[in-house]
Amino acid sequence: MNDEKDEVISMEFLSYLISGVSLGSVYAIIALGYTMVYGIAKMLNFAHGDVIMVGGYISLMAMSSLGLPWWLAVILAMLVCTVLGVVIEGLAYKPLRAAPSLAVLITAIGVSYFLQNSALLIWGANPKAYTPIISGAVKLFDGQLSISYVSILTVFMCLVIMVALTMFTGKTRMGKAMRACSEDKAAAQLMGINVNRTISMTFAIGSALAAIAGVLLCSSYTSLMPTTGSMPGIKAFTAAVFGGIGSIPGALLGGILLGIIESMAKAYISTQLANSIVFAVLIIMLLVRPAGLLGKYVPEKV
Amino acid sequence: MKKLKKTTAIDFATYAGVILAFVVITVMKDQGMLTRSLKGQLVPICCYIVMAVSLNLTVGVLGELSLGHAGFMSVGAFSGVVAAMGLQSAIPSEPLRLAIALVVGAAFAAMAGAIVGVPVLRLRGDYLAIVTLAFGEIIKELINCLIVGVDSQGLHLIFNATGTKGVSDLGLLEGGKVLIKGAQGATGTQTIASFTAGFILIMVSLVVVLNLVRSRSGRAIMALRDNRIAAESVGINVTKYKLMAFVTSAALAGAAGALYGLNFSNLVATKFDFNTSILVLVFVVLGGLGNIWGSILAATVLTILPEALRGFDDYRMLIYAVVLILVMLATNNPQLKALLAKLIPHSRKGEEANA
Amino acid sequence: MPKLKSQNDSPLVPMPTDSYIPERDLGKSPVLEARHLGIDFGGLTAVDDFNLTIGRTEIAGLIGPNGAGKTTVFNLLTKVYQPTRGTIMIDGIDTHGMTTAQVNKLGVARTFQNIRLFDNLSVEDNVKLGMHNQIKYGMVSGILRLPSYWKQERIAHERALELLSIFDMQDLAGVKAGSLPYGAQRRLEIVRALGTNPSLLLLDEPAAGMNPSETAELMENIIKIRDTFQIAIMLIEHDMNLVMGICEGICVLNFGKVIAKGTPEDIQSNPVVIEAYLGKKKEA
Repeated sequence: MNDEKDEVISMEFLSYLISGVSLGSVYAIIALGYTMVYGIAKMLNFAHGDVIMVGGYISLMAMSSLGLPWWLAVILAMLVCTVLGVVIEGLAYKPLRAAPSLAVLITAIGVSYFLQNSALLIWGANPKAYTPIISGAVKLFDGQLSISYVSILTVFMCLVIMVALTMFTGKTRMGKAMRACSEDKAAAQLMGINVNRTISMTFAIGSALAAIAGVLLCSSYTSLMPTTGSMPGIKAFTAAVFGGIGSIPGALLGGILLGIIESMAKAYISTQLANSIVFAVLIIMLLVRPAGLLGKYVPEKV
Repeated sequence: MKKLKKTTAIDFATYAGVILAFVVITVMKDQGMLTRSLKGQLVPICCYIVMAVSLNLTVGVLGELSLGHAGFMSVGAFSGVVAAMGLQSAIPSEPLRLAIALVVGAAFAAMAGAIVGVPVLRLRGDYLAIVTLAFGEIIKELINCLIVGVDSQGLHLIFNATGTKGVSDLGLLEGGKVLIKGAQGATGTQTIASFTAGFILIMVSLVVVLNLVRSRSGRAIMALRDNRIAAESVGINVTKYKLMAFVTSAALAGAAGALYGLNFSNLVATKFDFNTSILVLVFVVLGGLGNIWGSILAATVLTILPEALRGFDDYRMLIYAVVLILVMLATNNPQLKALLAKLIPHSRKGEEANA
Repeated sequence: MPKLKSQNDSPLVPMPTDSYIPERDLGKSPVLEARHLGIDFGGLTAVDDFNLTIGRTEIAGLIGPNGAGKTTVFNLLTKVYQPTRGTIMIDGIDTHGMTTAQVNKLGVARTFQNIRLFDNLSVEDNVKLGMHNQIKYGMVSGILRLPSYWKQERIAHERALELLSIFDMQDLAGVKAGSLPYGAQRRLEIVRALGTNPSLLLLDEPAAGMNPSETAELMENIIKIRDTFQIAIMLIEHDMNLVMGICEGICVLNFGKVIAKGTPEDIQSNPVVIEAYLGKKKEA
């Protein structure tokens, strides 16, 4: 009798763990966008979360209105978001390159409001039902544990993106230019790197990733509204800080840990306080390691 | 010496402007010249002005970005409501009860500010910003779990973390009242806030902030903003003065929250979320960092503006967003600044005189 | 005057040291004693085994080639960095574990190589900030503008103008510090540091960017400050005319280590110094 009960409990634990890893993978993909932009442009792009929401709507429209297959819808969403990201950067952030960071932050908040309210006008305030791009689930242990294909796909996509980005920043010319810009923009410019183009490129990649994150997020929550992106956006930024901002493996680690913490907090402590627990962990973390898990602490030069 | 006189003159002009506005609006109100919706806005505008002035102390004077100011407003609002409603039978005088509620709100928010400030102020820049945001969200969720009631035996309080408890668990005696119902917030609050109280609160915050800034402590706070390392080198205690600015700012926000809470019969904690913090931050930035009268003006105009744009209805928040972006671009982009200066020669002169 | 807490049994006689101390300071306890001071940055030793004693009213020079670790020594003495090894005694008090602000209260004030003023505040406010711990009224008195506020601010105002008059800057009191010309900013940093009522003033390249006549004036003023306030001054400087002209004791640093100490004459004729420092300069 007891064994059976234990088994049920451990199955329950396992399923929460898996949903945590899956949720964390979405956070990680969003966090990658934050961390890359922060690493290079040294700005907190508050509108990043809303690009996720736009990606969700575009893919939804492509599938339901245009009747496109899901993979084509994802590609379309990525394209639109990439263009959107580059346009936002060019119109709103580029003119403020030399401005105080607070001005850039307020502008980013303005862009975030703009995207949310545009979405509100175009698609309305009511939540829209989102059909997951793949349905069904794997059943394990005589059906006691079921893992949705969306979860598996999310984790898989996250890993693929991680590996691809690591190779991109490590091996390609553009990737090396990005790393150079994040270390020292002035020196990079003196070495003949086009800093403005590199920053645009970073926004393009970050926004394309946001589109993927949008599709995956909506597929697991199966609903979509204009404010869908803001909370995951904030949490993903938390994840990026948690892992050490500017660090790609840090974003992955931070995202997945945060996802697991959130899932476990919801399951075992309190649904109402889940976000608080996530944020409390972040605060404690920053007090112990001010640069995050994998970030490096740079002391101020005197 | 000339500079000193100038700052004093600006301070006096700020006080005079606020008093004048109060007199004019009071007369207009008595003459029935204000629309119903504008009348309803008077107390909230006062609250937002105090919020903006107090946040300016943290962001403009201390130079640390806080994204969780609404959290302190929330603490003040709910503690103020509990104080005012709890003392309803003990203190019949409404103004006195309101004053006590504001003090209680300020005290609780100051405590929250100290609890948040000690760890947060060790961090720098964007890290500090993200942690204040986190604390704002935590405060919101904690208040969402509160169930508070009062009866002849005093206050009853439940922390409903698991969501399984309800009002009946308070065990109130007959004649008892429920003050805060978890996520439903404060209900059935007697609205004792008034425009006059709002005016007095603004004046008090102005005295606190302006006199603080012009004193020894205020200088130390601004020194930390301009150059922390140099400030330490002349013997300024970093933690003490950062905390002083942060806690003072939180206390004023708490008082503003208490006034706000007592202006509505129903109030939920989600009202004081991240968006409210951002809204107040926008007032501060558009009004000018460290510029107190700018904060007052921005808070007033931007609170009325969305109402004034009611005709555009769906588009008003969109317009708000576009205005926000354009103002930031126009005031911070060197090329655009130069262009504006050419178009409006007077503004350029003004800028030089200010420098 | 704080009581001496040194391990040194007879505080009036300085530790046996190879540091040069002017004769008039020999009978008094030294204002600064650094022993075996060292700091590592991630395995890299920036300063090692730094020993120095400075007399009560001495003007001392700290020189060395670029990157020798001179500013790092200042940062150690003012606790911007906590030393990895060794002890620093100010007025015979061990500063172990103290913060920059606490060390300042003990009597160490400094200026910075890359000027660090409170740019958005007036010149007068910058000096008043130097006097922060001498102005005695609290937050509440400030907000309520109690009599103590008016009295203390008036005294502070007069004292600030008096200090500014050392460099003839009293007319600039109302100007924003950030809008001052470069030379005036350097001078204001010195005034601000004097405002803290120090017993040891550390000047990091005070003559940087100044022309020869400005430098000559600065040299006079440094001596004037020492004579008026009866304090010790240690300066980092590349201008050898200034260093050799006003310093009584000189310490030469190279690759984080002291390679020579003594009077200007000793240093100028020291072959090790010439090789490491002056020799290089001749080549260039």
